[in-house]
Amino acid sequence: MEVAPREFVTTLKNYQNAYASQYTYSTFKNSVIFASGSAGLSFLFGTVLAWLVERTNTPLRVVFIPIAVVPLILPGVLESIAWIFLLSPKFGYINVALMSLSGLESAPFNVFSLPGMIWVHSVGQVPLAFLMMVAAFKSMDPALEESAMMSGANTPQTLRRITLRLLMPTSASVLLILFVRTLESFETPALIGIPARIYVYTSEIYLAFNEYPPDYGRGAALAVGLLILSAAGVWLYTRSTREGKRFQTVTGKAFRPRQFDLGPWRWVGFGFLMVYFLVVVLLPFLVMLWASFLPFFATPNLDALQKLSFENYQYLFGFRPFWDAMKNSIILAFMSASAAMVLTSLIAWIVYKSRLPGSWMLDFLAFVPITVPGIVLGMALILLYVAFPIPIYGTIWVLLIAYVTRYIPYGMRTASGAILQIHSELEEAAAASGASWWETFKRVTLPLLRPGIVAGWIYIFIVSFREFSTSVLLATGESRVLSILLFTMFEQGQVTVVAAIGILMILTLLTIVAVFYKLSGRVGIQT
Amino acid sequence: MIEVKALVKTFADRSSDRVRAVDHVSFKAEDGRFYTLLGPSGCGKTTTLRCIAGLEKPDSGEIEVAGIKVYSSSNGAFVPAYRRPIGMVFQSYAIWPHMTVFENVAFPLRVGKQRLSGVEVRKKVGNALEQVELGQLEERMATQLSGGQQQRLALARALVREPQVLLLDEPLSNLDAKLRERMRVELRELQRRLRITTLYVTHDQIEALSMSNVIAVMSAGVIVQEGPPREIYMHPKTQFVAQFIGSTNQLAGRMRGLQGEGACQVETDVGKLSCGMAKDIPVGSEVVVVVRPENVILHTGKPSGVENVVEGKVATVMFLGEYLDCTIELGRNVVRTHQPHSLQLRRGDAVWVELPSSGCLALSAEELPIAGGIQPDTSDTKNPRLQPD
Repeated sequence: MEVAPREFVTTLKNYQNAYASQYTYSTFKNSVIFASGSAGLSFLFGTVLAWLVERTNTPLRVVFIPIAVVPLILPGVLESIAWIFLLSPKFGYINVALMSLSGLESAPFNVFSLPGMIWVHSVGQVPLAFLMMVAAFKSMDPALEESAMMSGANTPQTLRRITLRLLMPTSASVLLILFVRTLESFETPALIGIPARIYVYTSEIYLAFNEYPPDYGRGAALAVGLLILSAAGVWLYTRSTREGKRFQTVTGKAFRPRQFDLGPWRWVGFGFLMVYFLVVVLLPFLVMLWASFLPFFATPNLDALQKLSFENYQYLFGFRPFWDAMKNSIILAFMSASAAMVLTSLIAWIVYKSRLPGSWMLDFLAFVPITVPGIVLGMALILLYVAFPIPIYGTIWVLLIAYVTRYIPYGMRTASGAILQIHSELEEAAAASGASWWETFKRVTLPLLRPGIVAGWIYIFIVSFREFSTSVLLATGESRVLSILLFTMFEQGQVTVVAAIGILMILTLLTIVAVFYKLSGRVGIQT
Repeated sequence: MIEVKALVKTFADRSSDRVRAVDHVSFKAEDGRFYTLLGPSGCGKTTTLRCIAGLEKPDSGEIEVAGIKVYSSSNGAFVPAYRRPIGMVFQSYAIWPHMTVFENVAFPLRVGKQRLSGVEVRKKVGNALEQVELGQLEERMATQLSGGQQQRLALARALVREPQVLLLDEPLSNLDAKLRERMRVELRELQRRLRITTLYVTHDQIEALSMSNVIAVMSAGVIVQEGPPREIYMHPKTQFVAQFIGSTNQLAGRMRGLQGEGACQVETDVGKLSCGMAKDIPVGSEVVVVVRPENVILHTGKPSGVENVVEGKVATVMFLGEYLDCTIELGRNVVRTHQPHSLQLRRGDAVWVELPSSGCLALSAEELPIAGGIQPDTSDTKNPRLQPD
């Protein structure tokens, strides 16, 4: 990669290049449509699912809670590839199937479009929206609804005037978070947007860095635009959550939520859950698995059935770059999860327990990275470390710095949650029993923190393992990670090998998470 | 022994000036005694206790526990909590959820300087659990215990180190009424048997009256009266103490004149009353006359030859099983009284209320949030200004 210019000049020319072109408006428009469309669609899905599961008598809803979260484990790059397999106008399975069934002339769906991008990205984000809305439904005191009923309101009136009103602040903040995350995402814009020539901010920044010669100035100027947009979203988010405290119904009490009796409609709810499970959760996995056994991409029929083989897996076994990338991804995910959790536990302890003056600053600093989109962070680190005296650019260390920076806010959330749950009298009782500060920390605080830290660790491990938008600029040559290998090989057209890598990636992730969960579960506690 | 001298502890307020939670508090709890700090929420009693435990650092003053100066502002001495010879029971019990019953009690023996052998630890923990009748439950997870059992466990943990001093921070407030009554007796028995100096913090006057050797009533960071339970109840020195301890009728009035040693006459809304008097109050100043409900005598016909009789009308009669709780209207005032349930009374009956001068006490009127004839509810009025008590 070209080295950034060493002499610094102050100029507005970059902004002119970036924003005065004919593409300026379309990039902005695409980004906003993509982000708001995805936020809206995933919110809709997530809320309906959460409501069906938490608050109605839909059959089999209890089984559904873990199922709804499974797609979290599917890396965004794979999600996009799977949906290209399914919805590509030329060879997409769903299109082919619909065309042969109904005799349509042309493909009914085209994934290479703005609606296609919105669909693929939303589907990947539903678990997040689902989890946040489940939490919102769970923390609602059923007495609030019951007293509406006692005041003479019927079910729809209660739903409209109490339930939805109470959910409004949470909904606003969930929507904002989804909006910002979509804006910052690069998986769908890279794999679907770029071939379709639908550019958003992240893809424009990527292209500015990857054209020849790289246009760092234009990239940086675009990054500032993206940063402002996402910072505005985060600012609104923190405001709306603060507003939300007024409506906060969480009292630390466990409620038994009221369940709406849907009557015969519960089978409609059940149908919705099933369709979601089959189409959104199962289908991408299946198509990936199917493709991984094919020598080249083909529609499922008897002919193709005979061609199934382990060829791709055999090829990967002797394919050095795959093993290097696998090693890098595992090491990085392991180190960044561990480093982030150690760091955030300490910060959380200092902020919430030590009562040191100025500790709110730490809290704030640990939150700031959430406003920085992954690709902007990658760009900033390139510009910083290319000219850095210690040669860490191009190594996995720069990736480690990037991952830890990105995921500190998430680690902070679980760590501070865990710390706040520990009643200070539990620690004071240790002091009153003769335990010094260190003994108290070791034997009381740390064991009580463990479940929270483990949860945070697993989460950061997963998101680091699947990280794409920062790595795409920083991972080069020997520091390449799995998601980047997938991306480049897919661009080169080795789609069935890519499917095999995807399957191995998912299996690795599942194994490591399961082993870690098991290990920490044994030494952990049941409270 | 615990000795506290001129203890001051302030907290930062929202408006950036500091609030005195404890304001020059001094007291001494003698060896083997049961000493209680009693007061409403936010009066500074828990803060005082936490300063003695070493969980808060006072602003100034002096604290001595079992002959050791654990804090002194004059020479800067501050012994950290874990080096003080104390055992403490917290309001939430603070039972560690990740340990078994045994491990919870063994914890104080396994930390700090003294290292005991496994056999010794086992023996001491066994003894401590035996004392609180939890001997059978050693291997249970602490979270599987009921509220009452957790309370005993906290007590065993506080006692296992054989501390010089036991500190109890509202230990019974999270129990239901029946259990609280039983634990009151058990706790007092245990304290007597071990002869351990105990400092008890509560807002519950019944607990304070029934368990203590000495009670110190606190309000707004200062001790307003200190003495044995009987004296606190019978001879409150201020209107606040009279109102806070037990139920009290209060009649506002003006001091008319003295009637010999410790007696006086007060002009009230219901007429002239002869009263006792704790300290000299200048003639003409505003006073309140306090009478306990059990001291009020009711006559269905007009009695003769007795003083302090007022005619009134029965306002309410409540049957409480052990006695009748009646309120009598005396003009604009209402007086509450306890009567045997053999008495036939109905609403609206005319009665004559006798307020015997031996049961009436004149006290200087204070500015108090709650005044009037009915006893204040002292159970749980939170004072947001100060640390939660």
